[in-house]
Amino acid sequence: MSEFENLAGSDKELQEFLMIEKQKAQVNAQIHEFNEICWEKCIGKPSNKLDSATETCLSNCVDRFIDTSLLITQRFAQMLQKHVGE
Amino acid sequence: MAMANVDKGELMDQVKQQIAVANAQELLQQMTQKCFKKCINKPGTSLDSSEQKCISMCMDRFMDSWNLISRTYGQRLQREQSKF
Repeated sequence: MSEFENLAGSDKELQEFLMIEKQKAQVNAQIHEFNEICWEKCIGKPSNKLDSATETCLSNCVDRFIDTSLLITQRFAQMLQKHVGE
Repeated sequence: MAMANVDKGELMDQVKQQIAVANAQELLQQMTQKCFKKCINKPGTSLDSSEQKCISMCMDRFMDSWNLISRTYGQRLQREQSKF
């Protein structure tokens, strides 16, 4: 989206608009990714509605995926530091 | 810049519209992939009625799932932001 930012030039209003739209697009892309991952984990045969166990699975899936991502980022940073320290 | 000739509001609308189209395309593509996987076990000579029924339920559940995940993620973002 960097060409977008060039488009805005020095127009403050346009810069702000593009920044917000970019953030919204990033959040949306993240939702698509979560849905792809958690659908595989939680959904069995499609039925008439999502049962409550499936709903719980989906929302836990999102939160645990984020936890996993945070934990791995943290640990990975520690690994890097250790390597740099050696 | 050429920008000066273009109405700013019009440009903003165009950007919003392009993002909406991209979003719909992503949704459509994922939905097709996921529901094909769920509903078509052994591809036959045509989509039979039970496969068609499965696909339409799958599409509805896919949207339910998307909406639920969007809400859950939104809540998480708020919780994370309130930590700072």
